Amino acid sequence: MAFNQRSDFLWKRQTAGDKLFTGIIYAALVLVCMITLLPILQVVTVSLSPNDVVGQYGLHLFPTRISLSGYEKVLQFKPIWTAYLNTIIRSALGIVITQVLLALGAYPLSKKYLPNRGFWTFLVLLTMYFSGGIVPNYILITKYLKLRNTVWALVLPAAVNAYTLVIVRNFFEAIPDSLEESARIDGASEWRVLTSIVIPLSKPVIATTALWSLVYHWNTWLDCMLYISDASRYVLQLVLRQILLQGQLQDMNIMTQVSVNNDTMKMATLVVSILPVIVIYPFLQKYFVKGVMIGAVKG
Amino acid sequence: MTIVGLQNVKPKRDTLLGQYKRHWALFVMLLPVLVYYIIFHYFPMSGIIIAFKNFRFNDGMFASPWAADNGLAHFKKLFTGMYFAPVFRNTLIISLYKILFTFPAPILLALMLNEIRSQKFKRVAQTITYMPYFISWVVLASIVIEVLSPSRGFVNYFINQLGMDSVYFTGDPRTFRGVLVGSGMWRNTGYQAIVFLAAMSNIDPEMYDVADLDGAGRMQKIVHVTVPSIMPTIIIMFIFAMGSIMNDDFDQVYNLLNAKTLSVGDVISTYTYRVGLQQMDFSYATAVGLFRNVVSLVLLTGSNFVFRRVSETSLF
Repeated sequence: MAFNQRSDFLWKRQTAGDKLFTGIIYAALVLVCMITLLPILQVVTVSLSPNDVVGQYGLHLFPTRISLSGYEKVLQFKPIWTAYLNTIIRSALGIVITQVLLALGAYPLSKKYLPNRGFWTFLVLLTMYFSGGIVPNYILITKYLKLRNTVWALVLPAAVNAYTLVIVRNFFEAIPDSLEESARIDGASEWRVLTSIVIPLSKPVIATTALWSLVYHWNTWLDCMLYISDASRYVLQLVLRQILLQGQLQDMNIMTQVSVNNDTMKMATLVVSILPVIVIYPFLQKYFVKGVMIGAVKG
Repeated sequence: MTIVGLQNVKPKRDTLLGQYKRHWALFVMLLPVLVYYIIFHYFPMSGIIIAFKNFRFNDGMFASPWAADNGLAHFKKLFTGMYFAPVFRNTLIISLYKILFTFPAPILLALMLNEIRSQKFKRVAQTITYMPYFISWVVLASIVIEVLSPSRGFVNYFINQLGMDSVYFTGDPRTFRGVLVGSGMWRNTGYQAIVFLAAMSNIDPEMYDVADLDGAGRMQKIVHVTVPSIMPTIIIMFIFAMGSIMNDDFDQVYNLLNAKTLSVGDVISTYTYRVGLQQMDFSYATAVGLFRNVVSLVLLTGSNFVFRRVSETSLF
């Protein structure tokens, strides 16, 4: 990597001033990381603390005494786990639909010989800058498509994002034509070229866009609040919203027998909801970075 | 837009119909995506017509009667009514604060990360700073409320240690906008830095060697090599930021907003949602949405125009 050579080069010629400069930068970055982590530290601490400690004045960044009753309560609270399952279902369905449509859309748009290519591309790009807004979308889904209380209302409206489609198209465009040529000489159809040559070569962009979909589906709640009225089909974030921000803890208190401080319960719920994200995320992080890079280079 | 005929690989001129006949398989592939865009993007776009009508659910978007004042009644209400002006002002102020404080943050972070020699430290620092970006605003908002709480939050604990009284940050109109800017920064800075780091990794190392020969210190190299090299990226991101001044972060604001802070924190998206989907005033809310979209387009093309004039970089 060019970058490494450059840094090594710098290192060899360090003066006293340079060392001070390096020290300041390290200190600043450590501070930034601490600011990022401290809030999460407090949340974890409160979620693990017994009733009397939570009520006390003082710093709550490290647990003094540990109590798992908040977690016990969350584990017994069924709606959270139903919502978890609903979120997994919507994410899986959403990712599959998005990936199929992205491949089907990006491949033709990457071919210079697609008739009216400029116009079709423009049709897609325009949606990045102009949209009907939240109300016409709501009317479309409830009145015209009648998708209320179906998973399709959550999965279809945001299935193909124009920006993502352009990223995938750029990736497909960058695949050398020579790789496709031989297959074409053997008489392969466009469909064959897409499925047996282009897609196998596009794993990085597939991973990146699939992760974008996953994050989107994992974190949205507004569509569920608008279109789903059956509480047993709520997604995780909506149930979390009711517990964390609207303070609807009564159900939780009635349904379970453990007696816990409300705030401990809230924070335990919060930790349970972000745990999978925090555990998986460091391993997937590089794909997000890759996606931003693809977008940044090609624009 | 390029002209279709010029894009054809065959030098021989081909009629449009001929092209479709030859490449029908390609077009059939594109069809599902086109149908998706027509249903889920262009049909709602045509629904903007209800901004000029009095939408009635049973009549539908096209059969509903026209609004008073030649269809402009909702726009009249928007420009003369007492409700929209404060919302518009809040949106502008919060967005300008965000541009002022939030826009430079990822550039600074990227510059610092770029100076780090240890790849391990760099990777850990990046992993930590991106992390909040992947957590939903529902969760982040409750973390923000917990951490800034006057009774238990560590921020107020430190403020007390300095001998000052606790501040109810999320419930005080004087501090609420600061909470929006700060929490947005906490969530997005790490992630937004990636774009600038990507731009920095494309800088030719020879440029630094030349600067070294000229006896440039590290700070001078940042100012004279790194920053000018990533200027095009900074300009593009700035044009995007200008274009999204009206596109406040609904998810963030809605989850943090409460009755006490409504006067300073109610922005266009939360207002549209409340008026349109809670009070069911569909037509008026659509008019608000249309106004916002037009202002956004003007800001985007306007700042694009300015940067095309003063620099060589622009979005289009």
